[in-house]
Amino acid sequence: MTEPLVKPKKKNPVLRTRLATLPPVPRSRSALGLTRAAAEGVFEMQVCADCGTVQYPPREVCGSCLSEHVAWKPVDNRGELIATTTLRHSNDLYFRERLPWRVGTVKMAAGPSVVAHVHEDCAEGGTVRLTLKLDRSGQAVLHALPEKDTPNMNDAPQLRESTCDPKFRRVLVTDGKSATGMAVARAMLEAGANAVFLGDASTWKTVPAFDKLVASDPRLQVVELDVTDTDSVDRLAASIGGKVEILVNTADYLRDGGILNRKDVNLARDAMEVNVLGLMRLAQAFGPGMCFRAADGSNNAVAWVNILSIHAHAALPARGAWSASKAAALSLSQTLRAELRGAGVRVMNVFPGPVDEEWEQLTPPPKIAPSGLAKAIVKGLQDGVEDVYVGDIAEELRTRLRENHKAVERELGQ
Amino acid sequence: MSMVASAATRAAPAGKRRGYDGVAVTVPVTIPYVRYSTRSAHWWLGRALAELIRGAGIAKGEVDGVCVSSFTLGPDTAVGLMQHLGMSPRWLDHIPMGGASGVVALRRAARAVQAGDAEVIACIAGDTNHVDSFRNTVSQFSRFAQDAVYPYGAGGPNASFALLTDYYMKHYGASREDFGKLCVAQRDNALKNPHALMKKPLTLQQYLDARPITDPIHLFDCVMPCAGAEGYLVMSEERARALKLPYARVRSTIERHNAFPEDPIQFRGGWAMDKDALFDHAGVAPADVDFLETYDDYPVINAMQFEDLGFCAKGEVAGFIRANEFTIDGSFPFNTSGGQLSVGQAGAAGGYLGFVQALRQLTGSAGRTQVKDAKIGVVSGFGMINYDRGLCSGAAILERGATQGEAA
Repeated sequence: MTEPLVKPKKKNPVLRTRLATLPPVPRSRSALGLTRAAAEGVFEMQVCADCGTVQYPPREVCGSCLSEHVAWKPVDNRGELIATTTLRHSNDLYFRERLPWRVGTVKMAAGPSVVAHVHEDCAEGGTVRLTLKLDRSGQAVLHALPEKDTPNMNDAPQLRESTCDPKFRRVLVTDGKSATGMAVARAMLEAGANAVFLGDASTWKTVPAFDKLVASDPRLQVVELDVTDTDSVDRLAASIGGKVEILVNTADYLRDGGILNRKDVNLARDAMEVNVLGLMRLAQAFGPGMCFRAADGSNNAVAWVNILSIHAHAALPARGAWSASKAAALSLSQTLRAELRGAGVRVMNVFPGPVDEEWEQLTPPPKIAPSGLAKAIVKGLQDGVEDVYVGDIAEELRTRLRENHKAVERELGQ
Repeated sequence: MSMVASAATRAAPAGKRRGYDGVAVTVPVTIPYVRYSTRSAHWWLGRALAELIRGAGIAKGEVDGVCVSSFTLGPDTAVGLMQHLGMSPRWLDHIPMGGASGVVALRRAARAVQAGDAEVIACIAGDTNHVDSFRNTVSQFSRFAQDAVYPYGAGGPNASFALLTDYYMKHYGASREDFGKLCVAQRDNALKNPHALMKKPLTLQQYLDARPITDPIHLFDCVMPCAGAEGYLVMSEERARALKLPYARVRSTIERHNAFPEDPIQFRGGWAMDKDALFDHAGVAPADVDFLETYDDYPVINAMQFEDLGFCAKGEVAGFIRANEFTIDGSFPFNTSGGQLSVGQAGAAGGYLGFVQALRQLTGSAGRTQVKDAKIGVVSGFGMINYDRGLCSGAAILERGATQGEAA
């Protein structure tokens, strides 16, 4: 049984902070299929279209019939743990710092034998569930988990290395006053966050629900933060930058309007200021500090969350400027992901459909409740994925974009 | 192991495979190992070649075939090495099969000599060991290892062997004491081998008390990476006699790659597929064998070779180990040089160590490690843990041709 995680002690400022190391990064191009699956939180392996053989490790052609038609598909993730070992020595820096480390061989019901990280609650000889997760390097690895969930299983140090669980971590919600921001704060507290910093860009505005939330839990702390103001962002980073272990960028500027119905770019500029340049300001101010603390104990800095929109992938012409800002933010997030990956800090992008909040007043249902969006964010962090699609509209558009992106473009423009 | 005199004269059964008539294997050479070397693989391989030429008493140009194995020769291959060494062979091979390289090189070279493609073939294997080269070698060992093993932490083969040792011990009844008995015997043998890097005796208690590395593998289950080179020459018996070289004959060989891919984890090697072909072709039985040199990167692989080569049945290795003594003068002389576990693992030269030692035994030049009256020896190789298991296996049955006294 996993020992519950102990609340980390206050950081001793005299001690040197352990710098981040990464597990081995190189993979063949085929093996990056596993990384894609892990990033999206699905369990897939290559399956031969001709003979049905499940391939592992990933291959170019079927290891059984030599067919070149091997496609990534969901497969049965159960197997028997036929051998285990505990590493007490490693030549790899990352693992040396985390010994002992348990690995094992799992004979999958689907066919192949795989080497996997083995959860401490798995018994040798027993049935296990395999799951694909991203490790700190951002590459996929297999974890063998107990057949059924066990108490505190997410607290196991090996598994926590692949997840971004908010438990005992401190979270900055960049716009804490929006419906989504407040919901995210509540969900983080429920998930066991040690502290939630609520960014407030409009201290002059009274929002009763916000005041009520702030009064409800001593772990909440309001901080002034205007993402369009570089000084404001820098001031906050100087004050709490060393404490932010998860940053959720909820700041958003959502207004209607396309291109030809206006004679100016003011609305577009405002959207870019918040959604794109705001993200960049936050990253420049908070990113380096998070990288520095990326291996700092059990409450290390782990994740950067961007709340984008499904329309980052396909513009909604009725909100053309806003869609463009979300697409730009998505592009920026890929650069940020590349830059944070060296320290092992994960960038998780959230792609919701319409959210049920004031600026979506005229949008017909279905709309996602802010609490549902927040729950999906927490689950994404606990699972350690990179992409989270929230709501039926987001899922539908995602599927249809894969099928025929031109059809999606035409229909969104109607 | 009985000394059946008739064994060497028993006729090989008629079969499709041709014998190795007329082939001589000669001039066993070892370039003394060191833990770390500042030299490159070219230096070690070059020295082995020079030593072979000197040992045979021939001119450099008379070596018209070369077979090379090395992990650290990169970016060169055997071809680049030929220019480096100023050689112009008419036959060249590069065998990247790790622990199976010694046997496989013999198979290739013997046929080339029989066919007349080359007259004198130098088979050499060697690697350097810089302070960080082991880590570099294992991190780029293979695509499957890179994709599916290296990210799981061991930074080398320890974890893979730990997993299959764990499985083997649970299903086939071998204990740490059994593995320890083999390691202790090999250390005793190594103390008689001037080339062995391990110079201190090892007791069973020390073996059992050693620190765990990757359960159930402990310190003395692991080889020590080092630098070194090994080599031998393959030529016609006629040529060997003309050069007055003591030599061994080849009775039979096998090789197999990726055997039993359906096994969920490795508990046997390719020898289990081919052992009948090996002994039938040689016309000898396991009981006729005077000594055995196995590839011993971990003791569990020794146990598998005992079973899979037919020295005992599968699952009976514990009884076999308990019933025998494995020192040079024991009932089952085994890894008489001390093996890699006590001599050191000089990269690809580890795949030649047992082979070269067998040649010493059969040419009467094994010095203090000499097994008395050794006439028939078995060498087996095992290499390339590409993903979760060793892929290459091979074995050869060698017999005494002319010993030192007879050749002179």
